[in-house]
Amino acid sequence: MNWLAIFLIVVGLFFLVVGSIGMLRLPDIFSRAHALSLTDSLGAVFVLAGLAVYEGFSFNFLRILVVLLLVYLLNPVIAHATIRAAYRSGLRPKKKETK
Amino acid sequence: MTTFFFFVLITLTALMLVYFYRVVRGPSVFDRVLGLNGISTKAIVLLVVIGTLFERVDMFVDISTGYALLNLVSALAIAKFLEEKGASQK
Repeated sequence: MNWLAIFLIVVGLFFLVVGSIGMLRLPDIFSRAHALSLTDSLGAVFVLAGLAVYEGFSFNFLRILVVLLLVYLLNPVIAHATIRAAYRSGLRPKKKETK
Repeated sequence: MTTFFFFVLITLTALMLVYFYRVVRGPSVFDRVLGLNGISTKAIVLLVVIGTLFERVDMFVDISTGYALLNLVSALAIAKFLEEKGASQK
């Protein structure tokens, strides 16, 4: 059981690290939101699932699953609302320069 | 296992510093909002990890649920406010 938990947590940390590299390196807000929203929800879900497995099948397992579900549902909602606000207030995606 | 959880804690804190850089240096205000959203997702995970480390998950899970809901409300409120305000923000 512990090995499954460690595997899930390491996979989740990998996703979180990739997301933060994208947050540092990408050029404009839309691509940054892409990096953050996708990897962040998946990584957090993997880490929380690993912690739930480590906890074993008890009441705490269900409570961690509630947090997992909340993160998985609400993270894309927040990213979408922020990006819609950015688009409506005049920011536009950066185009590749054509020669 | 304790060592592994310490490793997870340190990694998550380092990632939060990366997002904090984006919050401080972000060119537009939306970058800052997005960075804060990333930081609070990490904080939710971090709270559950701390609970597992202290073997008091039952207490820390409640705190992180509250933090997730608070994060949703504050981020949606800020997004709505900036959308209504219009004009490109610097």
